[in-house]
Amino acid sequence: MAELTYLQAISDGLRTEMRRNDKVFLIGEDVGVYGGAFKVSLGFQEEFGPWRVIDAPLAETAIVGACTGAAIMGMRPVAEMQFADFISCAWDHLVTVAAKQRWRAGTAVPIVVRLPSGGGFSGGPFHSQNPESSFAHIPGLKCVCPATPEDAKGLLISAIEDPNPVLYFEHKHLYRRIKAEVPEERYTTPIGKARIHQEGDDITVVTWGAMVYTAEEAAQQLDDDGVSVEILDLRTILPWDKAAVLESVRKTSKLLVLHEDTHTGGFGAEIVASVAEEAFEDLDAPVRRITAPDCPVPFAPPLEKAYIPQVEDVVKGLRALAEY
Amino acid sequence: MAIAREAEPVGSLTDAKEAGLDREDLLGIYRNMLITRGVEERGHILYRQGKIPGSFYTGRGNEAASTGVATAMGQEDVGTPLHRDMGVHITRGVEPWKIFAQYMGRQDGPTHGRDGNVHMADQQLGMIAMVSHLPAMLPVAVGCALAFRIREERRVAVAWFGEGASARGDTHEGMTLAGTRKLPVVFVCDNNQWAYSTPTHLEFATEHVADRAQAYGFEGVVVDGTDVLAVYREAKRAIEKARNGGGPTLLECLTLRMEGHAVHDDAFYVPKVMFEKWAENDPIERFRTWLRDNVDMTDEDEEEITGGVKKLLNDSLKRAEESPMPDPADLTKGVYATPEDLDTPHHK
Repeated sequence: MAELTYLQAISDGLRTEMRRNDKVFLIGEDVGVYGGAFKVSLGFQEEFGPWRVIDAPLAETAIVGACTGAAIMGMRPVAEMQFADFISCAWDHLVTVAAKQRWRAGTAVPIVVRLPSGGGFSGGPFHSQNPESSFAHIPGLKCVCPATPEDAKGLLISAIEDPNPVLYFEHKHLYRRIKAEVPEERYTTPIGKARIHQEGDDITVVTWGAMVYTAEEAAQQLDDDGVSVEILDLRTILPWDKAAVLESVRKTSKLLVLHEDTHTGGFGAEIVASVAEEAFEDLDAPVRRITAPDCPVPFAPPLEKAYIPQVEDVVKGLRALAEY
Repeated sequence: MAIAREAEPVGSLTDAKEAGLDREDLLGIYRNMLITRGVEERGHILYRQGKIPGSFYTGRGNEAASTGVATAMGQEDVGTPLHRDMGVHITRGVEPWKIFAQYMGRQDGPTHGRDGNVHMADQQLGMIAMVSHLPAMLPVAVGCALAFRIREERRVAVAWFGEGASARGDTHEGMTLAGTRKLPVVFVCDNNQWAYSTPTHLEFATEHVADRAQAYGFEGVVVDGTDVLAVYREAKRAIEKARNGGGPTLLECLTLRMEGHAVHDDAFYVPKVMFEKWAENDPIERFRTWLRDNVDMTDEDEEEITGGVKKLLNDSLKRAEESPMPDPADLTKGVYATPEDLDTPHHK
């Protein structure tokens, strides 16, 4: 085992698959000579050559559309959006073409789109978004959101191996901040299986991505109050591990859903609705959601701090649930 | 001012032979054009009988363009034909009964009732099913060509679009990527002069769509889309150029959409004289005359071909009508692919 940052784990997963399978290639803006805006593919072009690490024109529609064509022709493309925000330019190719091709025409489209997402660096409205819930609404796509270096590698390998279009949301705020032991060999992390980040008995927090660590810090404060919090890292939101959520809620009887995306129609709404449908009798308190407010991601630090859920917001929510 | 090269018509049998077609090939092309029109005429009857749900689209006037390009493709080549390109499906070998089943939403259509009209393709024959967002298929075809380039295969992708679709950004992005990387792709523009009710001068400001090719770094060619042999010759040139590493070509086939956008549309906005003028150049009638003049197609040859086509269509209709409607119990099956779905000729 080696200690890797979240970013190094992504590189490791991608390199592992590219070495193992010559059908895997990377295409995106500045991914070759420059090594990617965040340096995920640094050194890749030297190792794999310019036709497997392809510097594309500034054309997200062409990048994702071409991945679809190449995938149908037997390749395993990985596209990098420079920022998750730019996936809006390729919406049609994911939602209209790739997502529906298997169901209506029997054609598998095994592509992976890597999406550096999330805020915390004054990236402003167009370099900070978490657009996962928009895609979680689209049958035919899969959405994964790893929070740990181990899952970052394992879920990327699973995504490349998967015969469907998979959106891989990599949280930018985890890139260099989070470091952990990662197995050196090749392994997969199952898509659709949640992970218990921390066991607890009194309240369940369901979350994913960078918010896992916000929840962890908040739970430590509750621990001092004698309240035991279970943190469920969903890991993938399409498909999502409903069984694991229901099991945890049945144990704790209290649920808080935490996400960095905006409130209305965020994926938390789906989780909460499912719990209301299937575990209503098990609840001892109204469910709670802590999310970003319904507005674009702001630029100035005090505004961004007010936008992204903070540890103290989560502590407040957990205390209210504990006291209910 | 036009920039694109204007293709010469194919005159004599010598020209056709030079392009690689013998008498049997030529009669085969004629047969495919007749099946193409026949499938759509029979489909129109089914629609009027209320047997086709939704709407119904034809490619009347485009039979030479679609059949000509498809004939020039190699077995291993692939493409993304659109809704005026029935001739591509027929030439590649799709059985007409499956097309009728598709029209009627039956279980045995290529999409099993999940999608309608010409939103279909036989993957085994190298075709990829279109979506309604027409130019969306251009980057997909470019991606096929990218796969061929990465694997250094001598294969070509053909990307169809209309002059209306040329206005969308997908067209620009697809051609930019193909041009910068010199990919083995041929862009075929079915310019039938009307995008629903919108005329060409409101879709593009150049004289020809093909004039744009120069801006992307490759050749543009305009060909008379009612002349099947000229279309074939230019498509063959473009495809072989792409196969040999020469990069993309934009081939614009100029025709007139001889019916409405869909059959509910009476095309009142198309000047009557325009229909009259283009009717004189009906692609099938034009090729029939050429065959009689140049390869001695006899009355007997013709009867054999038209009789065979008629029987094929009758049998196909009967077989399609026997196909059951799809079972609603299967509605949500197959949203996601399984590893077995990768067992295609392309993934081996």
